[in-house]
Amino acid sequence: MSIADVFDRKDISWMDGTGPDSDIVISSRVRLARNLYKFPFPHLLDDTTGPQVMQLISQSVSKSGDKVIKGLELVTLDALSTLDRNILMEKHLLSPEHAASSAPYQGLIVDKDGSLAIMINEEDHLRIQCLLSGLQLNQAYKYAQTVDDALEKLLDYAFSEKLGYLTACPTNVGTGMRASVMLHLPAMALTNQISSVVQSITQVGLTVRGMYGEGTEAAGNLYQLSNQVTLGQTEEDIINNLWVITVQLATQERNLRERLQKEIKYQIEDKVMRSYGLLTNARLLTSAEALSLLSDVRMGIEMGILSPVKREVLNQLIVAINPSHVQKAAGRELEPRERDIKRAEIIKEKLLAS
Amino acid sequence: MYCDNCKERPATVHITQIHNDKKVEMHLCEACAAKKGTYVMNWGQGLTEGFTLPNLLSGFFGGAMPLVNGPVDSRPSPASCPGCGMSFHQFTQTGRLGCRQCYDSYASQIEPILRRIHGNTQHLGRVPARSGEKVRLQKTIDNLKKKLQDAVSREEYEQAAELRDRIKALEREKEIEERG
Repeated sequence: MSIADVFDRKDISWMDGTGPDSDIVISSRVRLARNLYKFPFPHLLDDTTGPQVMQLISQSVSKSGDKVIKGLELVTLDALSTLDRNILMEKHLLSPEHAASSAPYQGLIVDKDGSLAIMINEEDHLRIQCLLSGLQLNQAYKYAQTVDDALEKLLDYAFSEKLGYLTACPTNVGTGMRASVMLHLPAMALTNQISSVVQSITQVGLTVRGMYGEGTEAAGNLYQLSNQVTLGQTEEDIINNLWVITVQLATQERNLRERLQKEIKYQIEDKVMRSYGLLTNARLLTSAEALSLLSDVRMGIEMGILSPVKREVLNQLIVAINPSHVQKAAGRELEPRERDIKRAEIIKEKLLAS
Repeated sequence: MYCDNCKERPATVHITQIHNDKKVEMHLCEACAAKKGTYVMNWGQGLTEGFTLPNLLSGFFGGAMPLVNGPVDSRPSPASCPGCGMSFHQFTQTGRLGCRQCYDSYASQIEPILRRIHGNTQHLGRVPARSGEKVRLQKTIDNLKKKLQDAVSREEYEQAAELRDRIKALEREKEIEERG
């Protein structure tokens, strides 16, 4: 498997629109932070130790007989163009920080459908990410755990009995685990309930962020919900806690949608139809506008207002409208205005074809 | 997410400003942030005007530091970590520790920070199969060594000899474990 497959493949696992509650829950992610015993944390690595860490991890993966990591290839980030790194970021297979950097001793291991991505020498030596479609937190955790076990057979981790897995930032120490779900909550946003939801969620040890993580706004009514605490709780408790809250939010969102349809049927239908009209007719679309219109259309489809478009197509679209994907589709670098033209074309074509 | 300014490079600098009770957020790439001048992050000097994530973190970690009225620490912390040479001050600037040993070197300063972030200071989760076994063995050995000292001071030599043999066996086991 080469990384080129990941660029070309449209069927990245988390986008396939399957899994429980996938009308609201776009994806579930579990990320484990692990560090090697022998080396300082990545920000203190140099031209000698950095490549050593890369080599050690790469050798371990190629030596491994465990089928979860067997045959996977480590790609160094400086072997990829900026555009390609950004493509991976837009697919959620690389963090924004990792995409922005090009140190020769940073790398990525991805499996063929992107359900597993291991970032090397990001903030920690290893960041094992499992990303699945719908509400599949348990499955994602099991997967991450299996990969973790396979790697630990060959690599010595920095671990303390008291503090658990030791990480560069104390906000990750303990389980080293960050579990998150990406939720589409348009009805909650429309009825101005998001801020109170955010408040109550913070009280149970969870945080809410935008689609691309730390510091991002929730564009397109997409919210990323994740655990804040990593120390003093078991992995199972963290997963359960997040799962329970997610199910509650999904139920609340569905109830609100029902109420909207009963109480302001025409306004809601009008909003959805207008957005569909714009998406299939506009000649220029910025990514912010497109995301917001796609949110209306997604809600409309789930509410039965619009004839069904596969969730898979909608999920692919929220990725395909990002700047790097638009440029990749055009086969060249584009000015922002040119991107808006190309973006409008991509959306129109995809929506009308399905 | 892309830079608000150039819309080309990924945004890695996130700035939130409060002006007359109005929140203004900016997401910039490093190049554009540098152009904006006033918000430049001076990693080296640690003196910045921007309200960036590293700044937020350093405030967070730094704020946990003065323990004048807190518990008095019996164990003095080193000026720099023997594992990586990083000072605690550097950690408060960057929000990142240098190596696994930093957690030991600055244990007394880190503990209140962990309490603040996690409300907890004891790991309850998973233990890695191999490294965990080593940690467990070492802990058993340390405990037995304490018992051995006790036994010697109580002049219970028969028990001391038993303990010594047990420690030796465990140390051998640990060596095998380490060699893989």
